[in-house]
Amino acid sequence: MAAPETSTAAVPTLYTNNTLRNAFGGVLSFFILLLIGVMAFSIRLFSVIKYESVIHEFDPYFNYRVTQFLAKNGIYEFWNWFDDRTWYPLGRVIGGTVYPGLTLTAGTIWWLLNSLNIPLSVETVCVFTAPIFSAFASWATFLLTKEVKGTGAGLTAAALLAMVPSYISRSVAGSYDNEAVAIFALIFTFYLYIKTLNTGSLFYATLNSIAYFYMVCSWGGYTFIINLIPMHVLLCIVTGRFSSRLYIAYAPLVVLGTLLAALVPVVGFNAVMTSEHFASFLVFIILHVVAFVYYIKGILSPKMFKVAVTLVVSVGLAVCCAVIAVLIALVASSPTKGWSGRSLSLLDPTYASKYIPIIASVSEHQPPTWPSYFMDINVLAFLVPAGIIACFSPLSDSSSFVVLYIATSVYFSGVMVRLMLVFAPAACITSGIALSQSFDVFTRSIKFQLPGISSNTEVDAAETSSATAEAQNDAVKTEKSEETSKNRPSKKSKKKEKEEKPSTKAKAEKRLLALPLDSSVISLLLLILLGAFYVVHCVWAAAEAYSAPSIVLTSRSHDGLHVFDDFREAYGWLRHNTDVDDKVASWWDYGYQTTAMANRTVIVDNNTWNNTHIATVGTAMSSPEKAAWEIFHSLDVKYVLVVFGGLVGYPSDDINKFLWMVRIGGGVFPHIKEPDYLRDGQYRIDSQATPTMLNCLMYKLSYYRFVETDGKGFDRVRQTEIGKKHFKLTHFEEVFTTHHWMVRIYKLKPPKNRIRGKTKKSKSQKTSSTSSRGKRSGSGKKNPWQ
Amino acid sequence: MGRASSKEDAGALFHSLRSAYAATPLNLKIIDLYVGFSIFTALIQVVYMAIVGSFPFNSFLSGVLSCVGTAVLAVCLRIQVNKENKEFKDLPPERAFADFVLCNLVLHLVIMNFLG
Repeated sequence: MAAPETSTAAVPTLYTNNTLRNAFGGVLSFFILLLIGVMAFSIRLFSVIKYESVIHEFDPYFNYRVTQFLAKNGIYEFWNWFDDRTWYPLGRVIGGTVYPGLTLTAGTIWWLLNSLNIPLSVETVCVFTAPIFSAFASWATFLLTKEVKGTGAGLTAAALLAMVPSYISRSVAGSYDNEAVAIFALIFTFYLYIKTLNTGSLFYATLNSIAYFYMVCSWGGYTFIINLIPMHVLLCIVTGRFSSRLYIAYAPLVVLGTLLAALVPVVGFNAVMTSEHFASFLVFIILHVVAFVYYIKGILSPKMFKVAVTLVVSVGLAVCCAVIAVLIALVASSPTKGWSGRSLSLLDPTYASKYIPIIASVSEHQPPTWPSYFMDINVLAFLVPAGIIACFSPLSDSSSFVVLYIATSVYFSGVMVRLMLVFAPAACITSGIALSQSFDVFTRSIKFQLPGISSNTEVDAAETSSATAEAQNDAVKTEKSEETSKNRPSKKSKKKEKEEKPSTKAKAEKRLLALPLDSSVISLLLLILLGAFYVVHCVWAAAEAYSAPSIVLTSRSHDGLHVFDDFREAYGWLRHNTDVDDKVASWWDYGYQTTAMANRTVIVDNNTWNNTHIATVGTAMSSPEKAAWEIFHSLDVKYVLVVFGGLVGYPSDDINKFLWMVRIGGGVFPHIKEPDYLRDGQYRIDSQATPTMLNCLMYKLSYYRFVETDGKGFDRVRQTEIGKKHFKLTHFEEVFTTHHWMVRIYKLKPPKNRIRGKTKKSKSQKTSSTSSRGKRSGSGKKNPWQ
Repeated sequence: MGRASSKEDAGALFHSLRSAYAATPLNLKIIDLYVGFSIFTALIQVVYMAIVGSFPFNSFLSGVLSCVGTAVLAVCLRIQVNKENKEFKDLPPERAFADFVLCNLVLHLVIMNFLG
């Protein structure tokens, strides 16, 4: 830092003052970061405190089971594992179809702790992996934003990311899913890219490639990185910001990154053959062409350069056209133009609903509603535009990257609600920039106007005024800071930055641009108030909205808290009362939980890789009893599991999911026609329901004996009485129903040894004595199964 | 007439390119030679694949990408070592070379794993 141009006697003291302040600021930043990490960890612990340390949802159970296997059998077995307990009879190659990053990370942590004689169980490590990595992610956000705008903005962005509800929703303690480590890898990769771009060091380029490798290992969303970075490089070239640092930042990443991506078995050769990666190769070629042009321009005289250009253009254009024609022919020959189904549904949001009902049926793949933006990023929704403008005010390579990042992530978050998660870090970075800038302006105005403060007046003319104007126009209430206790430290650290600026800025015109004192003070207070609102909202969202483990449900009533632990009850019953090799059929939602907790073989699970197999199960659920029995018997199924919420009002039960069973089944087996189940375009289960609906297996298995509960068979979810109340099951027998009737398990009846009356065709037309009782299932034929 | 003048222009162009290139320092010329060599090796591999078929595709990929990779890294080294480059004037060439070696090490580790 430069000592100001005062007397020599004053120089040493000012110099030591500056270093002392810098050292103090550094230590303070360190402690602030530590606190941010602790906050990120602890805000995610609500579910552990309110319920217990249990793994949530569906997908995490699969990851948990894989981690158990890894911990027990070691890494070689894991790479070569063929799982025969799911997708019966097909099985699943786990080593080649799973993104190993998360399980390897948790396995390594478990192994490390156990070798240090800290005996944590695998489940504990799995539950707490996500909060630990969210602390790392907020530190990575600090590093990234520091590269773009400085320490103050970095601390603000880190604090925002630690609490943003969108990220909390996918990384609470217990949510052991890929995004828990993938978001950290994403931000860290971006940080290393920006660092390489700013410094031009090949060392950071190597680290960048390794971080990208970790991201590829962790999540399928790595295609976002390998498309965003080429887009940014193209943007830099087009806007005239080509430099050798850009080459060093991008070219090694492409080569090393493609190789490393091809190393991961899930990706394999897709790294060079699918359209998701073509953008990176195209920009690689463009970058080399541009670099070559700059080099030639540098060593030739301008006249010669013109000659070279005309020569090259005439020859090169023809060659280029030929190559492009070949490439287009290759790409157009594949029906999806080389993109995978999921990526295509991102680019064309209507694609999935037309062609792949399974992708369309996942609730996370639906577009988000407007309120969900406010719920998930709250105050940041106002601050993001201010941050984008602050990024322009000076536009550097790194700030153009942030602008591009946020623009693309906003688009993708609008397509699929799951991708709000990728949008959250971008929102935090830009909001952090906006906040720290406006905080700068106000505190500096106050400092000017308070008498007796140091006369070290600084400048900051145009950018401050524009930042101020925007910040003020964005409604004064859109300022915030973290906790009040952090205000002073961040003020001081920003003051230090101000001290350094005069030395770098030209000592030309210094215009004082300060706001009136009272408006600055009021704005500062409103900033703090806004911050308080943000914090309150985040804590509320973490505690109430996103901490439900969804395997245990609770409800409050006049006589206290009810706990619904039916799922684990059912899986426990399966585990203890069936043979190890018995096959269980259910809708694909419950596959992972069944294999992990009940330890039984399932037919379909959440991986949904085989549409026909799922359609088979869907057809079975939509068919009458006999046809369903045939289908299940051909798959060696012994038990059928159905989730039913009608008694307690649990809305995510199988009857509500039934429309997907019909659609997916009907997509593969044309004899299942959706209009057969609809009355006036709606699925109904009351007396107005169609006969096909009342006869299908799902209806029967859900409502068997339901009328015994209250005498009328009133379904609390659909809010009607059921249509067919008294019936018997002919091919299935009920073996277990949980306490609140939420999970019902049925066993397939074995075929009888002797079939009466089958050879005498004339007699089989008469209704026999077995159908003389009550209302039967409508068929008058003799039933050989009873 | 246009063609003759363009031919003369092409000739003049090559001459000026040649003379300008001859003025580059020796260490940069060595690096350029290395880049040319690795690109040439990559081309040989591609031609071989075109003749014989791409069966162990991972071997082909790792072979070609290792050549392209060292070429790219050598170009980065050249950028960092070039004295005319003002952005890197306070980067000691030993540091640049050490980074080059490190990156190559990582690259070839990956290559050997992927070679099959």
